[in-house]
Amino acid sequence: MSAQYKLVRFNLNGKEVEKMVDVRASLTDMLRNDFRMTSVKKGCEVGECGACNVLIDGEAFNSCIYLAIWAEGKKIQTLESLLGPGGELSDIQQAFVEETAIQCGFCTPGFIMTTVEILNAGKLYSDEELRRLLAGHLCRCTGYENIFRAVKKVMYRRLGKELPEA
Amino acid sequence: MYDMKALYEARSVEEAVALRLEHPQAKILAGGSDVLVQLREGRLAGMEFISIYGIDALRGVTIDEDENIRIGSLTSFSHITRDPIIQKYCNVLGEAVDQVGSPQIRNIGTIGGNTCNGVTSADSASTLHAWEAIIELTGKDGIRRLPIKDFYIKAGTVDIKPENGEIQTAILIPKESYENTYGHYIKYGMRNAMEIATLGCSVNVRLSEDKKVIERCRIAYGVAGPVPMRCPTAEALATGQRPSAELYEAFAKSVISDINPRNSWRSSKAFRQHIAVEMAGKCLEEAVRRAGGEA
Repeated sequence: MSAQYKLVRFNLNGKEVEKMVDVRASLTDMLRNDFRMTSVKKGCEVGECGACNVLIDGEAFNSCIYLAIWAEGKKIQTLESLLGPGGELSDIQQAFVEETAIQCGFCTPGFIMTTVEILNAGKLYSDEELRRLLAGHLCRCTGYENIFRAVKKVMYRRLGKELPEA
Repeated sequence: MYDMKALYEARSVEEAVALRLEHPQAKILAGGSDVLVQLREGRLAGMEFISIYGIDALRGVTIDEDENIRIGSLTSFSHITRDPIIQKYCNVLGEAVDQVGSPQIRNIGTIGGNTCNGVTSADSASTLHAWEAIIELTGKDGIRRLPIKDFYIKAGTVDIKPENGEIQTAILIPKESYENTYGHYIKYGMRNAMEIATLGCSVNVRLSEDKKVIERCRIAYGVAGPVPMRCPTAEALATGQRPSAELYEAFAKSVISDINPRNSWRSSKAFRQHIAVEMAGKCLEEAVRRAGGEA
């Protein structure tokens, strides 16, 4: 088709932005190519692996199956938003480091953004619930147990509760 | 980039109807968790699309003036599960759609898309059949409503008339259907997440005031045939009966005469028949328990 462009205005990591985008672009395309948000990974590109996961108005979405033009008026949050002013890691990232929940790192931004949504609920989830909430992500280094431990650890920390012994 | 010939964006139902009349060949794009994936696979490559995702008026669950539960067609699965009206009157629907895909898919997937693609395995479909949902379509001649069993024509085909500019705008559950009614859904799959149902079974009951008699029993399956289906034989068998272990067993066995599952790479016909019986009995028992009855 002949190029068809549309102006999209949205809030990216707390900043109002706008961009003329090709209507055929996915949100992953726009975030990576136009805004250099390279934490948003291209994995399966069919909504199965969760590597491209971002928060839209506080909810987790696979940006590979989301049109860029749908971002209009939305608040979009990528992993880059978690970086502190002096380059500090967030508590979630710190827990991932402590628990060795990262191997190749490709799935990590997606997992961490889902963790942001989980922790924003402010609830104490059971192990079973937590596993279900993390089920939209694939880790090909098979690091699920470490990832699960990191999320659980930071959930307990945020709630000011002692982590039960495994 | 998606391989689209053109994309038109509707911001209101009126715009969507007008675009549909103007571009009758265009496919409707709701949440996109099926359509955009098929586009990536090349199956819908080079086609025209009308995005209705931006029509916020089609989101949310309300009770309308006739006391129907009204679910806007673009309401996402996760919002249905969390909705207080659904939790109060039709909790089983929230539980059924909570078994779709993954958390991210449940945030983007819509109940309208789940029904309009006409797939028998859709997690919402058996429960909507079992609760006799009404499909609301809006087109150039206004609103048309039809029972969900008439909406599904054959596998992958539903009764939407693009030539009339129709789009699905809501799914209604009538008061007569949800009042004092309790249900249970079981999805059978090979794994818990990111899985399409091998078979889905949804049962609901209304008990007599003293909770001793099943006044009404409805059962529907997904993947027991080319489209979601009810089981009239099993329903008739349970209606007017007292809940008992014997009744659950007889009810479960009777579904076989009503269903017509097929062999597929996902499962054999014989296995589907086997689990259909097991699921029917378990669903009825749990529905009765939730309704406050006991065997």
